Amino acid sequence: MARAITPQKKVMWTALAWAFGLLMFFPILWTFLTSFKTEAAAISDPPVWLFFDWTLENYAAVQERSNYPKALMNSIIIAVGSTLLGILIAVPAAWAMAFVPGRKTKDILLWMLSTKMLPAVGVLYPLVLLAKWLGVMDSRILLIVVLMLINLPIIVWMLYTYFREIPGEILEAARMDGAGLRSEIIYVLTPMALPGIASTVLLNIILAWNEAFWTILLTTVNAAPLTAFIASFSAPEGLFYAKLSAASMMAIAPILIMGWFSQKQLVRGLTFGAVK
Amino acid sequence: MATAHSKSAARFMIAPAVFVLLVWMLIPLCMTLYFSFADYRPMRGVFEAWIGFDNYARFFSSSSFIKSLVTTLWMVGSILLITITGGVMMALLLDKPMFGQGIVRILVIAPFFVMPTVSALVWKNMFFNVDNGLFSYAYKFFGLQPYDFLSQAPLFSIIIIVAWQWLPFATLILLTAVQSLDSEQLEAAEMDGAPALARFRFIILPHLSRAITVVILIQTIFLLSIFAEIFVTTNGAFGTRTLTYLVYQRVLESQNIGLGSAGGIVAVILANIIAIFLMRIVGKNLDN
Repeated sequence: MARAITPQKKVMWTALAWAFGLLMFFPILWTFLTSFKTEAAAISDPPVWLFFDWTLENYAAVQERSNYPKALMNSIIIAVGSTLLGILIAVPAAWAMAFVPGRKTKDILLWMLSTKMLPAVGVLYPLVLLAKWLGVMDSRILLIVVLMLINLPIIVWMLYTYFREIPGEILEAARMDGAGLRSEIIYVLTPMALPGIASTVLLNIILAWNEAFWTILLTTVNAAPLTAFIASFSAPEGLFYAKLSAASMMAIAPILIMGWFSQKQLVRGLTFGAVK
Repeated sequence: MATAHSKSAARFMIAPAVFVLLVWMLIPLCMTLYFSFADYRPMRGVFEAWIGFDNYARFFSSSSFIKSLVTTLWMVGSILLITITGGVMMALLLDKPMFGQGIVRILVIAPFFVMPTVSALVWKNMFFNVDNGLFSYAYKFFGLQPYDFLSQAPLFSIIIIVAWQWLPFATLILLTAVQSLDSEQLEAAEMDGAPALARFRFIILPHLSRAITVVILIQTIFLLSIFAEIFVTTNGAFGTRTLTYLVYQRVLESQNIGLGSAGGIVAVILANIIAIFLMRIVGKNLDN
Protein backbone atom coordinates (compact mmCIF):
# COMPACT_ATOMS: atom_id res chain seq x y z
CA MET A 1 0.00 0.00 0.00
CA ALA A 2 1.46 3.30 -1.03
CA ARG A 3 1.64 5.93 1.63
CA ALA A 4 -0.48 9.02 1.21
CA ILE A 5 1.74 11.95 0.35
CA THR A 6 0.58 15.32 1.58
CA PRO A 7 0.58 17.94 -1.18
CA GLN A 8 2.70 20.23 0.97
CA LYS A 9 5.42 17.60 1.20
CA LYS A 10 5.33 16.99 -2.51
CA VAL A 11 5.69 20.70 -3.21
CA MET A 12 8.60 20.88 -0.78
CA TRP A 13 10.43 17.97 -2.38
CA THR A 14 9.75 19.43 -5.81
CA ALA A 15 11.24 22.79 -4.84
CA LEU A 16 14.30 21.22 -3.25
CA ALA A 17 14.96 18.83 -6.13
CA TRP A 18 14.53 21.54 -8.76
CA ALA A 19 16.89 23.80 -6.84
CA PHE A 20 19.61 21.15 -6.83
CA GLY A 21 18.89 20.16 -10.42
CA LEU A 22 19.23 23.73 -11.64
CA LEU A 23 22.40 24.18 -9.58
CA MET A 24 24.00 21.17 -11.27
CA PHE A 25 22.80 22.26 -14.69
CA PHE A 26 23.72 25.91 -14.20
CA PRO A 27 27.23 25.84 -15.78
CA ILE A 28 25.73 24.38 -18.96
CA LEU A 29 22.85 26.86 -18.92
CA TRP A 30 25.27 29.74 -18.40
CA THR A 31 27.42 28.56 -21.29
CA PHE A 32 24.30 28.32 -23.44
CA LEU A 33 23.23 31.88 -22.57
CA THR A 34 26.73 33.29 -23.01
CA SER A 35 27.02 31.76 -26.46
CA PHE A 36 24.30 34.17 -27.66
CA LYS A 37 25.86 37.31 -26.17
CA THR A 38 28.25 39.74 -27.73
CA GLU A 39 31.77 39.50 -26.30
CA ALA A 40 31.19 42.76 -24.42
CA ALA A 41 27.94 41.50 -22.91
CA ALA A 42 29.61 38.21 -21.96
CA ILE A 43 31.87 39.97 -19.47
CA SER A 44 29.58 42.81 -18.46
CA ASP A 45 29.60 43.72 -14.78
CA PRO A 46 27.09 42.94 -13.31
CA PRO A 47 26.37 39.83 -15.43
CA VAL A 48 23.37 39.99 -17.76
CA TRP A 49 21.01 37.03 -17.61
CA LEU A 50 18.28 37.11 -20.23
CA PHE A 51 17.85 40.67 -21.33
CA PHE A 52 20.64 41.25 -23.82
CA ASP A 53 20.72 41.48 -27.58
CA TRP A 54 20.67 37.85 -28.61
CA THR A 55 23.06 37.21 -31.46
CA LEU A 56 24.21 34.25 -33.52
CA GLU A 57 27.48 35.90 -34.51
CA ASN A 58 29.57 33.67 -32.22
CA TYR A 59 28.32 30.51 -33.89
CA ALA A 60 29.18 32.00 -37.26
CA ALA A 61 32.58 33.14 -36.01
CA VAL A 62 33.49 29.72 -34.66
CA GLN A 63 32.41 27.98 -37.86
CA GLU A 64 34.63 30.33 -39.80
CA ARG A 65 37.66 29.34 -37.78
CA SER A 66 39.17 27.16 -40.42
CA ASN A 67 39.67 24.11 -38.21
CA TYR A 68 36.22 23.83 -36.64
CA PRO A 69 34.48 21.92 -39.46
CA LYS A 70 37.47 19.61 -39.66
CA ALA A 71 37.45 18.96 -35.91
CA LEU A 72 33.72 18.24 -36.01
CA MET A 73 34.21 15.85 -38.91
CA ASN A 74 37.07 14.14 -37.10
CA SER A 75 34.98 13.73 -33.96
CA ILE A 76 32.14 12.16 -35.92
CA ILE A 77 34.38 9.84 -37.91
CA ILE A 78 36.41 8.75 -34.90
CA ALA A 79 33.46 8.23 -32.54
CA VAL A 80 31.26 6.44 -35.06
CA GLY A 81 34.13 4.55 -36.68
CA SER A 82 35.58 3.20 -33.46
CA THR A 83 32.14 2.19 -32.23
CA LEU A 84 31.19 0.35 -35.43
CA LEU A 85 34.54 -1.40 -35.59
CA GLY A 86 34.08 -2.42 -31.97
CA ILE A 87 30.57 -3.72 -32.66
CA LEU A 88 31.86 -5.75 -35.59
CA ILE A 89 34.37 -7.53 -33.38
CA ALA A 90 32.21 -7.70 -30.26
CA VAL A 91 28.90 -9.03 -31.64
CA PRO A 92 30.20 -12.50 -32.52
CA ALA A 93 32.14 -12.74 -29.26
CA ALA A 94 29.25 -11.64 -27.06
CA TRP A 95 26.90 -13.85 -29.05
CA ALA A 96 29.02 -16.94 -28.52
CA MET A 97 29.53 -16.21 -24.83
CA ALA A 98 25.81 -15.69 -24.24
CA PHE A 99 24.49 -18.68 -26.19
CA VAL A 100 27.31 -21.22 -26.03
CA PRO A 101 28.77 -20.57 -22.59
CA GLY A 102 31.72 -22.74 -21.67
CA ARG A 103 33.68 -23.24 -18.48
CA LYS A 104 36.01 -20.37 -19.31
CA THR A 105 33.40 -17.85 -20.49
CA LYS A 106 33.24 -16.05 -17.17
CA ASP A 107 37.03 -15.81 -16.91
CA ILE A 108 37.34 -14.43 -20.42
CA LEU A 109 34.67 -11.84 -19.75
CA LEU A 110 36.33 -10.74 -16.50
CA TRP A 111 39.73 -10.62 -18.14
CA MET A 112 38.34 -8.43 -20.92
CA LEU A 113 36.86 -6.04 -18.36
CA SER A 114 40.15 -5.94 -16.51
CA THR A 115 41.93 -4.63 -19.62
CA LYS A 116 39.67 -1.59 -19.31
CA MET A 117 41.36 -0.82 -16.01
CA LEU A 118 44.78 -0.38 -17.58
CA PRO A 119 45.85 3.23 -16.98
CA ALA A 120 46.57 5.00 -20.24
CA VAL A 121 49.84 6.57 -19.10
CA GLY A 122 51.22 3.09 -18.56
CA VAL A 123 51.31 2.54 -22.31
CA LEU A 124 51.68 6.13 -23.50
CA TYR A 125 55.20 6.06 -24.88
CA PRO A 126 55.00 2.66 -26.59
CA LEU A 127 51.87 3.81 -28.36
CA VAL A 128 53.46 7.04 -29.54
CA LEU A 129 56.48 5.05 -30.71
CA LEU A 130 54.42 2.39 -32.51
CA ALA A 131 52.30 5.08 -34.14
CA LYS A 132 55.43 6.82 -35.44
CA TRP A 133 56.95 3.56 -36.70
CA LEU A 134 53.77 2.73 -38.56
CA GLY A 135 53.51 6.30 -39.81
CA VAL A 136 49.98 6.73 -38.48
CA MET A 137 50.64 9.46 -35.90
CA ASP A 138 47.95 12.16 -36.06
CA SER A 139 45.68 10.06 -38.27
CA ARG A 140 42.02 9.20 -37.83
CA ILE A 141 42.65 5.51 -38.33
CA LEU A 142 44.99 5.45 -35.32
CA LEU A 143 42.37 7.02 -33.06
CA ILE A 144 39.63 4.77 -34.42
CA VAL A 145 41.69 1.72 -33.51
CA VAL A 146 42.85 3.01 -30.12
CA LEU A 147 39.40 4.15 -29.01
CA MET A 148 37.91 0.89 -30.29
CA LEU A 149 40.38 -1.02 -28.11
CA ILE A 150 39.74 0.96 -24.94
CA ASN A 151 35.97 0.66 -25.35
CA LEU A 152 35.83 -2.92 -26.65
CA PRO A 153 35.51 -4.45 -23.15
CA ILE A 154 32.46 -2.28 -22.44
CA ILE A 155 30.92 -3.11 -25.82
CA VAL A 156 31.40 -6.86 -25.33
CA TRP A 157 30.09 -6.63 -21.81
CA MET A 158 26.94 -4.69 -22.70
CA LEU A 159 26.12 -6.87 -25.68
CA TYR A 160 26.64 -9.97 -23.56
CA THR A 161 24.15 -8.78 -20.93
CA TYR A 162 21.60 -7.88 -23.62
CA PHE A 163 22.00 -11.14 -25.52
CA ARG A 164 21.68 -13.16 -22.34
CA GLU A 165 18.21 -11.73 -21.86
CA ILE A 166 17.04 -13.28 -25.14
CA PRO A 167 15.32 -16.51 -24.14
CA GLY A 168 16.83 -19.61 -25.76
CA GLU A 169 13.39 -21.24 -26.03
CA ILE A 170 12.46 -18.84 -28.79
CA LEU A 171 15.28 -20.18 -30.92
CA GLU A 172 14.18 -23.72 -30.28
CA ALA A 173 10.59 -22.87 -31.14
CA ALA A 174 11.73 -21.30 -34.40
CA ARG A 175 13.74 -24.40 -35.21
CA MET A 176 10.77 -26.62 -34.45
CA ASP A 177 8.75 -24.59 -36.90
CA GLY A 178 11.32 -25.45 -39.49
CA ALA A 179 13.32 -22.24 -39.63
CA GLY A 180 16.79 -22.69 -41.09
CA LEU A 181 19.81 -20.98 -39.63
CA ARG A 182 19.49 -18.11 -42.11
CA SER A 183 15.88 -17.30 -41.40
CA GLU A 184 16.52 -17.90 -37.71
CA ILE A 185 19.11 -15.13 -37.74
CA ILE A 186 17.17 -12.75 -39.96
CA TYR A 187 13.66 -13.12 -38.56
CA VAL A 188 14.18 -14.13 -34.94
CA LEU A 189 17.55 -13.15 -33.58
CA THR A 190 18.26 -9.85 -35.30
CA PRO A 191 14.99 -8.16 -34.31
CA MET A 192 15.48 -9.25 -30.71
CA ALA A 193 19.11 -8.19 -30.58
CA LEU A 194 18.76 -4.84 -32.32
CA PRO A 195 17.58 -2.74 -29.35
CA GLY A 196 20.54 -3.96 -27.29
CA ILE A 197 22.98 -3.28 -30.10
CA ALA A 198 21.51 0.19 -30.63
CA SER A 199 21.87 1.08 -26.94
CA THR A 200 25.44 -0.15 -26.94
CA VAL A 201 26.26 1.92 -30.02
CA LEU A 202 24.74 5.01 -28.42
CA LEU A 203 26.68 4.77 -25.16
CA ASN A 204 29.95 4.04 -26.90
CA ILE A 205 29.65 6.93 -29.30
CA ILE A 206 29.26 9.14 -26.22
CA LEU A 207 32.31 7.63 -24.54
CA ALA A 208 34.44 7.92 -27.67
CA TRP A 209 33.25 11.45 -28.38
CA ASN A 210 34.32 12.64 -24.92
CA GLU A 211 37.59 10.71 -24.67
CA ALA A 212 40.26 13.29 -23.90
CA PHE A 213 43.58 11.58 -23.27
CA TRP A 214 44.46 9.81 -26.49
CA THR A 215 42.58 12.29 -28.66
CA ILE A 216 44.73 15.14 -27.29
CA LEU A 217 48.08 13.37 -27.12
CA LEU A 218 47.97 11.40 -30.38
CA THR A 219 46.82 14.25 -32.62
CA THR A 220 48.23 17.59 -33.66
CA VAL A 221 46.47 19.03 -36.69
CA ASN A 222 45.01 16.54 -39.12
CA ALA A 223 43.08 14.19 -36.89
CA ALA A 224 42.36 16.53 -33.97
CA PRO A 225 38.71 16.10 -32.92
CA LEU A 226 36.58 18.54 -30.90
CA THR A 227 38.20 17.63 -27.57
CA ALA A 228 41.55 18.86 -28.88
CA PHE A 229 39.96 21.79 -30.77
CA ILE A 230 38.36 23.05 -27.54
CA ALA A 231 41.61 22.56 -25.64
CA SER A 232 43.21 25.00 -28.07
CA PHE A 233 40.95 27.67 -26.57
CA SER A 234 42.90 27.43 -23.30
CA ALA A 235 45.22 30.18 -24.50
CA PRO A 236 42.83 33.15 -24.57
CA GLU A 237 43.10 35.66 -27.37
CA GLY A 238 41.42 38.89 -26.35
CA LEU A 239 37.72 38.74 -25.69
CA PHE A 240 36.67 35.16 -26.25
CA TYR A 241 34.07 34.03 -23.68
CA ALA A 242 31.14 34.15 -26.09
CA LYS A 243 33.07 32.32 -28.80
CA LEU A 244 34.32 29.73 -26.32
CA SER A 245 30.70 29.22 -25.23
CA ALA A 246 29.47 28.82 -28.79
CA ALA A 247 32.22 26.32 -29.60
CA SER A 248 31.46 24.44 -26.38
CA MET A 249 27.75 24.27 -27.10
CA MET A 250 28.38 22.92 -30.57
CA ALA A 251 30.71 20.29 -29.13
CA ILE A 252 28.39 19.05 -26.40
CA ALA A 253 24.85 19.56 -27.74
CA PRO A 254 24.59 16.36 -29.84
CA ILE A 255 26.06 14.28 -27.03
CA LEU A 256 23.81 15.81 -24.37
CA ILE A 257 20.80 14.80 -26.41
CA MET A 258 22.13 11.28 -26.96
CA GLY A 259 23.10 11.07 -23.30
CA TRP A 260 19.60 11.81 -22.12
CA PHE A 261 18.37 8.86 -24.15
CA SER A 262 20.94 6.50 -22.70
CA GLN A 263 20.71 7.11 -18.95
CA LYS A 264 19.71 3.51 -18.28
CA GLN A 265 22.43 2.06 -20.46
CA LEU A 266 24.96 4.14 -18.58
CA VAL A 267 24.28 2.18 -15.40
CA ARG A 268 24.45 -1.11 -17.25
CA GLY A 269 27.52 -0.22 -19.29
CA LEU A 270 29.70 1.39 -16.67
CA THR A 271 29.05 -0.73 -13.59
CA PHE A 272 29.55 -4.06 -15.33
CA GLY A 273 26.36 -5.42 -13.81
CA ALA A 274 27.56 -4.89 -10.24
CA VAL A 275 24.57 -2.62 -9.55
CA LYS A 276 21.12 -3.64 -10.69
CA MET B 1 22.47 -27.76 -26.63
CA ALA B 2 26.09 -26.98 -27.07
CA THR B 3 27.45 -29.53 -29.44
CA ALA B 4 31.14 -29.98 -30.19
CA HIS B 5 30.47 -28.23 -33.47
CA SER B 6 28.88 -25.16 -31.89
CA LYS B 7 31.66 -25.07 -29.28
CA SER B 8 34.36 -24.73 -31.87
CA ALA B 9 32.26 -22.19 -33.74
CA ALA B 10 31.94 -20.24 -30.50
CA ARG B 11 35.69 -20.27 -29.97
CA PHE B 12 36.12 -18.98 -33.49
CA MET B 13 33.69 -16.14 -32.80
CA ILE B 14 35.36 -15.10 -29.55
CA ALA B 15 38.89 -15.31 -30.94
CA PRO B 16 39.12 -11.90 -32.69
CA ALA B 17 38.04 -9.96 -29.58
CA VAL B 18 40.43 -11.88 -27.35
CA PHE B 19 43.25 -11.52 -29.86
CA VAL B 20 43.05 -7.74 -30.30
CA LEU B 21 42.75 -7.15 -26.56
CA LEU B 22 45.66 -9.48 -25.87
CA VAL B 23 47.84 -7.64 -28.37
CA TRP B 24 46.69 -4.30 -26.96
CA MET B 25 47.53 -5.42 -23.42
CA LEU B 26 50.75 -7.22 -24.03
CA ILE B 27 52.80 -5.37 -26.62
CA PRO B 28 52.70 -1.81 -25.22
CA LEU B 29 52.86 -3.01 -21.63
CA CYS B 30 55.91 -5.19 -22.32
CA MET B 31 57.54 -2.26 -24.07
CA THR B 32 56.92 -0.01 -21.09
CA LEU B 33 58.30 -2.70 -18.79
CA TYR B 34 61.38 -3.00 -21.01
CA PHE B 35 61.96 0.78 -21.12
CA SER B 36 61.53 1.03 -17.37
CA PHE B 37 64.80 -0.88 -16.95
CA ALA B 38 66.62 1.16 -19.58
CA ASP B 39 68.28 4.56 -19.61
CA TYR B 40 66.48 5.96 -22.61
CA ARG B 41 66.55 9.68 -23.34
CA PRO B 42 66.03 10.12 -27.10
CA MET B 43 66.52 13.90 -27.04
CA ARG B 44 70.10 13.44 -25.87
CA GLY B 45 70.69 10.30 -27.89
CA VAL B 46 71.15 8.21 -24.76
CA PHE B 47 70.17 4.55 -24.86
CA GLU B 48 71.42 1.92 -22.48
CA ALA B 49 69.28 -1.19 -22.51
CA TRP B 50 69.75 -2.39 -18.94
CA ILE B 51 70.37 -0.30 -15.86
CA GLY B 52 68.52 -2.53 -13.41
CA PHE B 53 66.18 -0.86 -10.96
CA ASP B 54 67.85 2.56 -11.18
CA ASN B 55 64.77 4.21 -12.71
CA TYR B 56 62.51 2.82 -10.01
CA ALA B 57 64.94 3.89 -7.29
CA ARG B 58 65.17 7.36 -8.77
CA PHE B 59 61.44 7.63 -9.31
CA PHE B 60 60.57 6.55 -5.78
CA SER B 61 63.21 8.73 -4.15
CA SER B 62 62.40 11.89 -6.10
CA SER B 63 60.44 14.51 -4.21
CA SER B 64 58.13 14.96 -7.21
CA PHE B 65 56.94 11.36 -6.87
CA ILE B 66 55.98 11.73 -3.21
CA LYS B 67 54.33 15.07 -3.97
CA SER B 68 52.42 13.65 -6.92
CA LEU B 69 51.24 10.73 -4.81
CA VAL B 70 49.98 13.09 -2.10
CA THR B 71 48.28 15.26 -4.72
CA THR B 72 46.67 12.21 -6.31
CA LEU B 73 45.39 10.97 -2.95
CA TRP B 74 43.99 14.40 -2.08
CA MET B 75 42.35 14.78 -5.44
CA VAL B 76 40.83 11.29 -5.67
CA GLY B 77 39.89 11.26 -1.97
CA SER B 78 38.12 14.62 -2.01
CA ILE B 79 36.29 13.90 -5.23
CA LEU B 80 35.11 10.56 -3.85
CA LEU B 81 33.95 12.22 -0.64
CA ILE B 82 32.01 14.92 -2.50
CA THR B 83 30.46 12.61 -5.08
CA ILE B 84 29.49 9.85 -2.64
CA THR B 85 27.92 12.09 0.01
CA GLY B 86 26.36 14.31 -2.63
CA GLY B 87 25.30 11.28 -4.66
CA VAL B 88 23.55 9.58 -1.73
CA MET B 89 21.67 12.77 -0.88
CA MET B 90 20.74 13.46 -4.51
CA ALA B 91 19.60 9.86 -5.03
CA LEU B 92 17.37 9.95 -1.95
CA LEU B 93 16.00 13.33 -3.04
CA LEU B 94 15.29 12.21 -6.60
CA ASP B 95 13.45 9.17 -5.27
CA LYS B 96 10.89 11.35 -3.48
CA PRO B 97 7.51 12.10 -5.05
CA MET B 98 7.67 15.39 -6.96
CA PHE B 99 6.53 17.24 -10.04
CA GLY B 100 8.75 16.99 -13.10
CA GLN B 101 10.94 14.16 -11.81
CA GLY B 102 12.12 13.22 -15.27
CA ILE B 103 13.27 16.74 -16.06
CA VAL B 104 15.15 17.09 -12.77
CA ARG B 105 16.90 13.80 -13.47
CA ILE B 106 17.99 15.08 -16.85
CA LEU B 107 19.28 18.34 -15.34
CA VAL B 108 21.30 16.46 -12.73
CA ILE B 109 22.79 13.92 -15.13
CA ALA B 110 23.73 16.37 -17.89
CA PRO B 111 27.24 17.31 -16.60
CA PHE B 112 28.41 13.73 -17.09
CA PHE B 113 28.00 14.06 -20.85
CA VAL B 114 30.03 17.25 -21.18
CA MET B 115 33.46 16.55 -22.63
CA PRO B 116 36.28 17.08 -20.09
CA THR B 117 38.01 19.86 -22.03
CA VAL B 118 34.76 21.83 -22.29
CA SER B 119 33.88 21.58 -18.62
CA ALA B 120 37.40 22.46 -17.54
CA LEU B 121 37.55 25.52 -19.80
CA VAL B 122 34.07 26.73 -18.94
CA TRP B 123 34.80 26.52 -15.21
CA LYS B 124 38.25 28.01 -15.62
CA ASN B 125 37.17 31.05 -17.60
CA MET B 126 33.55 31.74 -16.82
CA PHE B 127 33.48 30.83 -13.13
CA PHE B 128 36.97 30.85 -11.62
CA ASN B 129 38.52 33.72 -13.59
CA VAL B 130 39.45 36.50 -11.20
CA ASP B 131 38.58 39.38 -13.54
CA ASN B 132 35.49 38.20 -15.37
CA GLY B 133 34.39 34.99 -13.67
CA LEU B 134 30.93 34.66 -12.15
CA PHE B 135 32.39 33.84 -8.72
CA SER B 136 34.27 37.15 -8.75
CA TYR B 137 31.04 39.01 -9.45
CA ALA B 138 29.41 37.15 -6.58
CA TYR B 139 32.28 38.05 -4.23
CA LYS B 140 32.04 41.69 -5.29
CA PHE B 141 28.27 41.64 -4.88
CA PHE B 142 28.73 40.68 -1.24
CA GLY B 143 31.41 43.32 -0.83
CA LEU B 144 34.29 40.85 -0.70
CA GLN B 145 37.66 40.84 -2.40
CA PRO B 146 37.51 38.61 -5.53
CA TYR B 147 39.41 35.38 -5.09
CA ASP B 148 41.75 33.96 -7.72
CA PHE B 149 40.71 30.32 -7.52
CA LEU B 150 43.06 28.74 -10.03
CA SER B 151 46.25 30.31 -8.73
CA GLN B 152 45.42 30.46 -5.03
CA ALA B 153 43.54 27.18 -4.69
CA PRO B 154 44.34 25.26 -7.89
CA LEU B 155 43.88 21.77 -6.46
CA PHE B 156 40.54 22.74 -4.94
CA SER B 157 39.42 24.24 -8.27
CA ILE B 158 40.22 21.07 -10.19
CA ILE B 159 38.47 19.01 -7.52
CA ILE B 160 35.33 21.13 -8.00
CA ILE B 161 35.42 20.68 -11.78
CA VAL B 162 35.89 16.92 -11.68
CA ALA B 163 33.43 16.42 -8.82
CA TRP B 164 30.83 18.29 -10.88
CA GLN B 165 31.43 15.86 -13.74
CA TRP B 166 31.24 12.72 -11.60
CA LEU B 167 28.47 13.59 -9.15
CA PRO B 168 25.87 12.67 -11.82
CA PHE B 169 27.46 9.25 -12.24
CA ALA B 170 27.34 8.53 -8.50
CA THR B 171 23.78 9.86 -8.32
CA LEU B 172 22.58 7.72 -11.20
CA ILE B 173 24.10 4.49 -9.86
CA LEU B 174 22.93 5.15 -6.30
CA LEU B 175 19.46 6.10 -7.53
CA THR B 176 19.23 2.71 -9.21
CA ALA B 177 20.13 1.10 -5.90
CA VAL B 178 17.70 3.29 -3.90
CA GLN B 179 14.87 2.33 -6.21
CA SER B 180 15.41 -1.35 -5.51
CA LEU B 181 14.90 -0.74 -1.79
CA ASP B 182 11.98 -2.59 -0.25
CA SER B 183 9.59 0.24 0.65
CA GLU B 184 7.50 -1.94 2.98
CA GLN B 185 10.44 -2.42 5.29
CA LEU B 186 10.89 1.34 5.47
CA GLU B 187 7.21 1.90 6.15
CA ALA B 188 7.21 -0.71 8.89
CA ALA B 189 10.19 1.00 10.51
CA GLU B 190 8.44 4.33 10.27
CA MET B 191 5.29 2.95 11.86
CA ASP B 192 7.36 1.50 14.69
CA GLY B 193 8.51 5.03 15.33
CA ALA B 194 12.07 4.86 14.01
CA PRO B 195 13.26 8.44 13.37
CA ALA B 196 14.44 9.41 9.90
CA LEU B 197 18.11 9.30 10.87
CA ALA B 198 17.82 5.80 12.30
CA ARG B 199 15.99 4.61 9.18
CA PHE B 200 18.81 6.00 7.09
CA ARG B 201 21.52 4.53 9.30
CA PHE B 202 20.06 1.03 9.73
CA ILE B 203 18.04 0.37 6.57
CA ILE B 204 19.03 2.66 3.71
CA LEU B 205 22.79 2.82 4.21
CA PRO B 206 23.29 -0.96 4.56
CA HIS B 207 21.20 -1.44 1.43
CA LEU B 208 23.35 1.07 -0.46
CA SER B 209 26.70 -0.18 0.80
CA ARG B 210 27.35 -2.43 -2.16
CA ALA B 211 26.46 0.23 -4.70
CA ILE B 212 28.65 2.71 -2.83
CA THR B 213 31.56 0.27 -2.93
CA VAL B 214 31.11 -0.18 -6.67
CA VAL B 215 30.95 3.58 -7.27
CA ILE B 216 34.11 4.09 -5.20
CA LEU B 217 36.02 1.41 -7.10
CA ILE B 218 34.92 2.48 -10.59
CA GLN B 219 35.44 6.16 -9.93
CA THR B 220 38.86 5.57 -8.40
CA ILE B 221 39.99 3.76 -11.51
CA PHE B 222 38.80 6.59 -13.75
CA LEU B 223 39.92 9.38 -11.40
CA LEU B 224 43.46 8.00 -11.18
CA SER B 225 43.78 8.86 -14.88
CA ILE B 226 42.41 12.41 -14.79
CA PHE B 227 44.25 14.24 -17.50
CA ALA B 228 42.40 16.79 -19.64
CA GLU B 229 41.11 18.79 -16.68
CA ILE B 230 44.67 19.37 -15.46
CA PHE B 231 46.02 19.83 -18.98
CA VAL B 232 43.81 22.83 -19.81
CA THR B 233 43.68 24.48 -16.37
CA THR B 234 47.06 24.43 -14.63
CA ASN B 235 49.15 22.14 -16.83
CA GLY B 236 50.37 20.43 -13.67
CA ALA B 237 51.69 23.58 -12.01
CA PHE B 238 50.97 24.86 -8.47
CA GLY B 239 50.80 21.47 -6.80
CA THR B 240 48.27 19.87 -9.14
CA ARG B 241 50.65 17.32 -10.61
CA THR B 242 49.12 13.90 -10.09
CA LEU B 243 50.90 10.63 -10.70
CA THR B 244 49.33 10.37 -14.15
CA TYR B 245 50.40 13.88 -15.01
CA LEU B 246 53.92 13.35 -13.68
CA VAL B 247 54.36 10.29 -15.88
CA TYR B 248 53.00 12.20 -18.88
CA GLN B 249 55.49 15.02 -18.30
CA ARG B 250 58.44 12.65 -17.85
CA VAL B 251 57.58 10.75 -21.01
CA LEU B 252 56.42 13.44 -23.44
CA GLU B 253 57.79 16.72 -22.10
CA SER B 254 61.21 15.92 -20.63
CA GLN B 255 61.52 12.80 -22.79
CA ASN B 256 63.08 10.70 -20.05
CA ILE B 257 61.49 7.49 -21.26
CA GLY B 258 63.16 5.18 -18.73
CA LEU B 259 62.08 7.19 -15.71
CA GLY B 260 58.61 7.83 -17.11
CA SER B 261 58.11 4.15 -17.91
CA ALA B 262 59.02 3.18 -14.35
CA GLY B 263 56.36 5.64 -13.22
CA GLY B 264 53.92 4.15 -15.73
CA ILE B 265 54.46 0.68 -14.30
CA VAL B 266 53.82 2.05 -10.81
CA ALA B 267 50.54 3.55 -12.05
CA VAL B 268 49.55 0.23 -13.64
CA ILE B 269 50.22 -1.64 -10.39
CA LEU B 270 48.23 0.86 -8.34
CA ALA B 271 45.26 0.66 -10.69
CA ASN B 272 45.39 -3.12 -10.68
CA ILE B 273 45.19 -3.34 -6.91
CA ILE B 274 41.86 -1.52 -7.08
CA ALA B 275 40.75 -3.45 -10.15
CA ILE B 276 41.14 -6.76 -8.30
CA PHE B 277 38.54 -5.73 -5.73
CA LEU B 278 36.17 -4.50 -8.43
CA MET B 279 36.55 -7.67 -10.49
CA ARG B 280 35.76 -9.79 -7.45
CA ILE B 281 32.41 -8.03 -7.00
CA VAL B 282 31.61 -8.22 -10.72
CA GLY B 283 32.57 -11.91 -10.79
CA LYS B 284 30.25 -12.75 -7.89
CA ASN B 285 27.38 -11.03 -9.68
CA LEU B 286 28.01 -12.97 -12.89
CA ASP B 287 27.25 -16.22 -11.09
CA ASN B 288 23.69 -15.40 -10.25
